[in-house]
Amino acid sequence: MTAKVITVTSGKGGVGKTTAVANLATALAMDGKRVVCIDGDIGLRNLDVVMGLENRIVYDLVDVIEGRCKLKQAMIRDKHLQDMYLIPAAQTRDKNAVSPSDMIRICNDLRAETDFVIIDSPAGIERGFRNSIAAADQVLIVTNPEVSAVRDADRVVGILEAEEKGNPSLIINRLNPTLVKNNDMLSAEDVLDLLGIRLIGIVPEDENVIIGSNRGTPIAADGKSRAGQAFRNIAKRLQGVDVPFMDLTPQSGLWNAIQRFAGRK
Amino acid sequence: MESAPSIVQIKGIRDGLLVTFADVPWAEQRAALMQQIEEKSAFFQGARLAMDVGSQPLRVNDLVDLRDWLSERTITLWAVLSDSPTTEQTAQLLGLATRISKPRPEETRHVLDGIPSDQALFIAKTIRSGTRIEYPGTVVVFGDVNPGAEIVAEGNVIVWGRVRGVIHAGAKGNRSAYICALDLSANQLRIADEVSAMLKPQKDPKPEIASINEEGKLQAELWHSGETNIRK
Repeated sequence: MTAKVITVTSGKGGVGKTTAVANLATALAMDGKRVVCIDGDIGLRNLDVVMGLENRIVYDLVDVIEGRCKLKQAMIRDKHLQDMYLIPAAQTRDKNAVSPSDMIRICNDLRAETDFVIIDSPAGIERGFRNSIAAADQVLIVTNPEVSAVRDADRVVGILEAEEKGNPSLIINRLNPTLVKNNDMLSAEDVLDLLGIRLIGIVPEDENVIIGSNRGTPIAADGKSRAGQAFRNIAKRLQGVDVPFMDLTPQSGLWNAIQRFAGRK
Repeated sequence: MESAPSIVQIKGIRDGLLVTFADVPWAEQRAALMQQIEEKSAFFQGARLAMDVGSQPLRVNDLVDLRDWLSERTITLWAVLSDSPTTEQTAQLLGLATRISKPRPEETRHVLDGIPSDQALFIAKTIRSGTRIEYPGTVVVFGDVNPGAEIVAEGNVIVWGRVRGVIHAGAKGNRSAYICALDLSANQLRIADEVSAMLKPQKDPKPEIASINEEGKLQAELWHSGETNIRK
């Protein structure tokens, strides 16, 4: 096996990078792939919480880098999926404890025995971000359909171009089809029009995503959720399978009736 | 480091090697550094060097000479730290970093002065947020100029694409400079010292040209072919 190293980044914070990492890893592992997630947000870790592995942390990324443990010892196996691991970030250190060459070295060590290494980048464009993209074979940029998030994504695309990190792919997260229809939210076309990069998935807004994150069970494992389906589709596309994009036009009929009943329309 | 221990100190940092100097004249600092490198050429091979020169004022020639000398020995000088504004300016001019944690400077294009204004810089890509392009002549962009990007040109700016960032033409006071684009939806345009804010985004974009009219106001108007009175 030679792993593909994928970095998930955004520029702006709070757009769903960590959620995307947890869900894509879950979906890939459900497809039988061997996946290792690395939390690149040293000092502000939370991928462990979203994956529900907080209580199992003994060693972290900085321990590996500084030689206090072996790489294998810092890999925490997921509760449900056999072939999914997390390398957590250190919470008591800062970004300067890691260098881009450390990340490249660790990813190269992982390449031999995994299919996918997914790195959760911190927000921003400073040290932590540069560490996270250093080893990437492919970069996924997460954005929300909001002007500020799109502008930051644009900045990140510019930096990736300058660093010659290839063509990033775009995930538009938390799109609300009803708001888009009423012209109250940027549409996927508006976002793509500005960024001009390849779209790899659109994830509709879904409150179950937050519930799943709080419980430590990523939504991708939920067969009924549309957001979960969107993440599973992206995971398929990462494996080179051509999956058509979901139809996200607002549902009529029963769903509208429920929303009207709930006083949301 | 026995030979010149008091003048040059070299230590490993995350981004390569950091060189610091004792407070002696530049010629001595330089000689001591060169001596160190000659003696330990294997250790320095392929190194990335950051240099803290304290308050030493360095001019372009000083740094260029050293940089070339280093690059002959496969050493990259990527940052120069200094309290001296002259040195900082010199380093920035050469595209070197002046803070170690700062993002690397390749996002900004610095071009040395002395290029005549009829020279043009051609850029065949989209200029994205956070990128600033400065040029002492005309700038031609084959792509979009996104919000958050800036182009500052002493000559004209021509964009074969959509403009939504900030554009400043005639930056050194040339009031006959102009800006034209296929879609001029910029949030701000400047020509010489005139500023026009908030051009309305158009539903159905058409090529436009912005220039300073007879009343001295910056205005944008639709491009009509054959109407080249402003240009020459």
